[in-house]
Parts: sequence; structure tokens; C-alpha cells
Amino acid sequence: MDVLIFLIPVALSLGLIGLAAFFWTLNNDQYEDLEGAANRILIDDEKIDK
Amino acid sequence: MESTKTPTKKTHNSELGSCLYCNTDLLSGNSFCSNKCEKAYSEINNSETKKAEGSELFSVFAVPDSDNSYSLTLSISNIHCASCVQRVERELYEHEGVLSARVNMSTERLTFSWKGDKKYADILAQSVVKLGYGLIPFGDTESKDGHQDQERLLLRCLAVAGFAMGNLMMISIGLWSEETKLMGAATQGFMHWISIIIAIPAIIYSGRPFFYSAVSVLKKGHTNMDVPISLAIILASGMSFFETINHGEHIYFDSALMLLFFLLIGRYLDIRAKGKARESAQKLLSKLKGTATILDKGKQKVIPIRDLKEGMKILVSTGENIPVDGTIYKGISELDVSLITGETIPKTVQEGDSVFAGTVNISAPIRITASKASENSLLGDIVKLMEQSEKSKARFVRIADRAASLYTPIVHFMGLLTFVGWWALGISWQLALLNAITVLIITCPCALGLAVPVTQVLARGMLFKNGVLLKSGDALEKLEKVDLVVLDKTGTITIGKPELIEAKYSNNELQMAASLAVNSNHPLSKAICRAYTGDLLEINEVKELPGMGMQALLDGQEARLGSANWCGNSSNKETETLELWLNLEGQKTCFKFIDSLRSDAKDVIKKIKKAGLEVSLLSGDSKPIVKEVAESLGISAYHAQLTPIEKFQYIESMKKQGRRVLMVGDGLNDAPSLASASVSMSPSTAIDISQNTADVVFQGEKLAPIFKTWRVAIKTNKLIKQNFTIAVLYNIIAIPLAIFGYVTPLIAAIAMSGSSLVVIGNSFRLNLIKG
Repeated sequence: MDVLIFLIPVALSLGLIGLAAFFWTLNNDQYEDLEGAANRILIDDEKIDK
Repeated sequence: MESTKTPTKKTHNSELGSCLYCNTDLLSGNSFCSNKCEKAYSEINNSETKKAEGSELFSVFAVPDSDNSYSLTLSISNIHCASCVQRVERELYEHEGVLSARVNMSTERLTFSWKGDKKYADILAQSVVKLGYGLIPFGDTESKDGHQDQERLLLRCLAVAGFAMGNLMMISIGLWSEETKLMGAATQGFMHWISIIIAIPAIIYSGRPFFYSAVSVLKKGHTNMDVPISLAIILASGMSFFETINHGEHIYFDSALMLLFFLLIGRYLDIRAKGKARESAQKLLSKLKGTATILDKGKQKVIPIRDLKEGMKILVSTGENIPVDGTIYKGISELDVSLITGETIPKTVQEGDSVFAGTVNISAPIRITASKASENSLLGDIVKLMEQSEKSKARFVRIADRAASLYTPIVHFMGLLTFVGWWALGISWQLALLNAITVLIITCPCALGLAVPVTQVLARGMLFKNGVLLKSGDALEKLEKVDLVVLDKTGTITIGKPELIEAKYSNNELQMAASLAVNSNHPLSKAICRAYTGDLLEINEVKELPGMGMQALLDGQEARLGSANWCGNSSNKETETLELWLNLEGQKTCFKFIDSLRSDAKDVIKKIKKAGLEVSLLSGDSKPIVKEVAESLGISAYHAQLTPIEKFQYIESMKKQGRRVLMVGDGLNDAPSLASASVSMSPSTAIDISQNTADVVFQGEKLAPIFKTWRVAIKTNKLIKQNFTIAVLYNIIAIPLAIFGYVTPLIAAIAMSGSSLVVIGNSFRLNLIKG
């Protein structure tokens, strides 16, 4: 059972990484314009140096 | 100032071999790479507006950011595809000082920020307008953002609750399994403490939507569904916390979190549905804002429409909206009045004619004198009527809310009774509280909290696949009770597009007419071109005379295509059918058109009547036309020559008689009626304002969605009622068991989830509807 001391935190931190990633995407407005995102992949290189 | 230099418009490579619109290289000799581009290109060229320079229309809306920079969000129209996005963004980036530019395709917004002067906004915005995209400022972004924050909060709560629930379940499986007995007390304790560490923060975080709502309602002295939910969650986790510290057995964090997770799903689905409706209402608001060019002491000036006063002289160029009701004092043109009357054929207007706000000037610039201030215009009246109706509509109480108001007091009372009862019987307060919590959990209103949204989301998804978009969450509930269907004629039961009828004309004449008509954007000309498939004659120097027709020289002879009078047909009897005349070397030919009915109109109306609903037809058209249509469809109740206000009054009077009215319409003239009716539908070809007002928007060339939606609504409501019945039956069995202490909170949570699953499963029967 000793291995649990090690495994449970590992399992939890993996879950937390996923959760953090989701929060990050949400805070970065990545779900704001799903239609636009789908279309933008069709645009060739945007030559904007700013 | 360097930052306000005049915009450098990019020169597009428009030589043969690349798309005129998006510059994609083409292999063939076509002008466009796709239909989309062609459509966008022609729209842009039609809508090219010429506003006076040096105005401050956009800059007043700019918001200052940190250190000398500003940002501005505008509503942008005509965005069709990726190349539109690219064009707009590139154009902005080519100006100096622009920090960011982003087009949001989903919400049709353009946001950009820049360094420097606030007024620079106008130059930037103008450069985008010059590309041909419509920009409209809108002032109040707050309401939308508040809503968005709420949606995000729920999503975050849902994510946290899901994470915590998953991990707690993982631990709980270990704790609840048979092998637990082999587990040392230290390991068990460790696992319980891990549970606490996960559960307490997760519950505090994810429970907020319920806690806040419960507190705010309690402050006002009411109660709602969130009160027992909050109570059960807080009591259950408090109890579990206490038990963990005392090495007890009654630890039920997992039930509390499972409850939260399921409820949050329902809550989130609900808010998404409402958000969709709100978004489209916002678009409507932005459409009503804008600017007009006025003539003040011989000078052109651009002012916001809301500042227009009676007596002002206004210049309306081709392609512009008439900003305010008024009278023409100079110019002859044609107006697209479809917004007001639903009629697709442009109306010819000249000096002395009155014009209404919201109509579009098609053929030539005109000057008008405003007869009313803008807020008193017909358009303004219509919007006011709609706002009033929307308010009264909000009073509709949804079935879930009604059930909740009955349900919650009972639940609280029973919970309290359980606790007091057991305590009075002399058992320990923990056990008494445990039983009370169990009662609260087991009575958990999942039928209310989850099954209603689930049924509706399923119905929504199913209708969506059939091209029907439900905009308001309660549309289905309201549809169920409908007993009168009111249909608009033009554009709703007819397609709204004129079609050439086979009549007395030779193929040569048709060819001639089509060759002339191809130069015009008039709906009747377009109809001729659609009807003719052969080669076109080459005609040079075609002139389009506003309000009259097309004129060209052919072998020295004048050829005319246009109105009866102009083509020399002096008989001038007011005919009811739409027609165009061709005058070729003195020989006159008449082309007749009809606005054809939607292919399944008759069938659908028959079905609706068979289902026991009454049908009536409203139209702004003249009586003979309406009568003919109504009779061919078998509708006995019809009303012709109605103004938008009269239509509205008709619906109101029907409502006063206790009728539940479903209104189906598409024009601005229908908008107040749509808002006033108990529930309303609009075809997707309808103008924005109608689509925004309607509860349901359907796509396609057919009327069948009306009947389909009604049937789905009936079925949905039946299922919701069944779900309530299931929930009540479940409670009747489970509550006594819980009260008498035969159920632990974990079993209660499982039973609750089980009942939810049964209810959800029942909802899926919606997909069994055929046809």
C-alpha cells in the first residue's frame, strides 16, 4: 500500500495539469470564435511583422 | 501628425488569372475562385457607400487602453470566409500604429487597437468600409460581457467539479470495495484526508453558482431550487468533514460532488441556450444604430441617426438605408421596401412621395426632408411595439420554475421534520442530521435541474438537424398550447422571389429581354435572367432609368424593357399581377410574373388543420391577391391590406379572446406581431429583426418545419411531464425510506443519479418521432 503515497499524488497532479490547461485555454479566449478558428487555417502565411 | 496620415489603400492584383475578390491564383479564365467570393464581391460593390469624410462616427466609441492607445469594437457585416477575415485584418495592419486587429466570425465583431490619436479610429474604420464591409458601432457591450462571464464561471465550475468527482470516485472505489477490510486504518485515514483535500476546495469553488443564487433569493425572503441544493451540499460536506476528523464512517464527499456535477451540466446547457438568443438580439440593436448624411446650409455633414430632427434635409445615396421617415424633395429612385411590407419588388418613388425609415434606396441618389424625428419613425414605432411585447412575454413562467416553487417548500419541510423527528426520538444528532441530509439528497430535484434541459437540448439538436433553430428556451413549452396559426403571405408562404410565367412571348423576345435584364439588379430582371438559359445578345450602352426600366440601342432602334407606361402601353389599367414590358421597334410584349407559393404550403396547412389548429392569413397586399392565395390553400380566414400596426392589433385581439397564437412571418412589418404572439417563427430568409424576434427560425424552401417543430414541441412536453411523473413516483418510494433512515447518503446519491438516468433515457425517446 506504500505505493499509494506516490501514485495518488501522481494521478492527482496529472488531472490538475489537464484542468490547468483547460483554464488556460478558457482565459485565453480560445473558445470565443470557433467558427473563425476553423476558417483561419485556410489563410496562407500571414505576413504581419508586428 | 504622422499617425493620422491618409490611409494607403492596397492595390489588388486584378489582372486576369486571379480571383477578383480574394486574389487566389486561378488556372481557368474565371473571375472568381468560388461562388462565395463572387457573391461577396457583388455585395461589396453594391453596398459601396460614400460617406462624407472627416466625420467622428467611430472614434466617439473608442475606449482608452493603457499608455496612449485605444481600442474599438465594431459590428462588421459581409464577413463570409477566411479571405474576408484576412483582407480586413491586413488592411488594418497596413496602417501605422495599429497594435492589433481581429475579426470574430462567430459574433461578427471587429476589434482593433492602435497607438496615438483617438480620432485615428475614423480613418481606420473608413479604410475597412472602403473595402466594402459594413461597420456599425455599438455602445453597450456590458450586458453581453456580464452574460459571458456567467457562462465562463459555470464552465470553470463544471471543469473543477468534474475533475474532483473523477478523482474522488477513484478513491471511493478503493474505500467502498470489499477489500477495504484488509486496508489498514492508516491507509483509510490517508485516503479520507486526500478526499477532504480534493473535495472541500472543489465544493467551495463549484458550488458558488448555487450558493450565490440561494443567498440572494433568501435575502429577498423567497426560496428556489438552489436553496435545498446548497443546503444538502453544505450539510453533507460539513458532516463528512466532521466524521473524517473523528474517524467516523459517514463520509459522503463523492455524493455531494456528483450532485454538483450533474446539476452544473444542466445549468450550463440552460445558459448556453439563453445566450444564443441574447446574442442575436444584440445584433439587432447594432443594426438600428448608424449615421445619415445631412445637408446643412449647403454643406454635407454626417450625424448619428438618433440626432435627426424634423425638417432636416437628408441626402440618401444609392445603396443606403433611408434613415428616417420623410418626403422626397429631389430625385427619382426605386426603394427596396421589403423591410417594411415584405414586398420584394422595388417601389418607384419621386418628388413628393413619402418614404419610410428602414427602406433601402436602390437606383439613384435622392434628397429627403425628415418629417419626424428618428425615434418617431415607423421603424422606431415598430421597435417600440416589439420592446413592449418582449417585456410582457417575460412573464411566461416556465414549467420547471412552477414545479420548483411547489417542490422546494415541501423538501425543506420534510428535511426539517426528519431531523426534528429523529432527534425527538432520542438518537444522536449526527444520525438525525444524516437522515435529514439523505432526505435532501434523495429528493434532489434532478427531474427539474437536469431532465428539463436535457429534453430541451435533445429537441433542439434534433430540430437543428432539420434546419430549425430554437432561439428561446421556452419556445417548445409555449408551442404546445398554440391553437391558432397566423401566417404572413409574402416571403412566408410564398418564396418571395418572382418567377416568370409561361405566356405569350417568343424565344427571341425572351432573349432580347434577358440581354437587357442582365444589366439590372431589379428582382424582375433577375427573374427573366433565371428563366432564360440560352446565349445573350451583345448590347452596348444599356441605360437603367430609375423607376422606369432598361433602355438600349439596337441596330439604331431603341429597345426598352420596363414598366407598362414607359414602354408605351397607354391602356394603364391597374393589373394585379407583376409584369414587365418589352418594347422592341414598337412591338410590345408583356412578361408576367408570380410570387410562387412554397412547394409544400398546401400540404403543411392541411396537416396543421388536421391537427386541430386554426389557420389564418395576414398580408399587406391587396385583397384579390390575398384571396386567391388563401383560397388555393384552403384558408378561410384571411385579412388583406394590413399595416404592421394592424397586424399587431389583430394578434393582440386574438390574444384577448384567449387564443394562443403562433405567428409565422418574415418582414419588418411582421416584427411587432412576431413579438406579440405567444410564440413566433421566421424563415431564415427573413430580415434580421424578424429572425431576432422570432422564437424559432427555420431554413429551407419549405414550410414543413413549422409542422415538424410543433410536433416535436408536443412530444417534448409530453416527455417532460412523464419525467416529472417518474421523479414524483421515485420520491414517493424513496422519501419514506430516507425519512425512516433506511438509506445512506451514498445510496441516496446513487439512487438520485439512477433516477436522473431513467429520466434522461426517457428523454431520448424524443428521437423516435418520425417524419
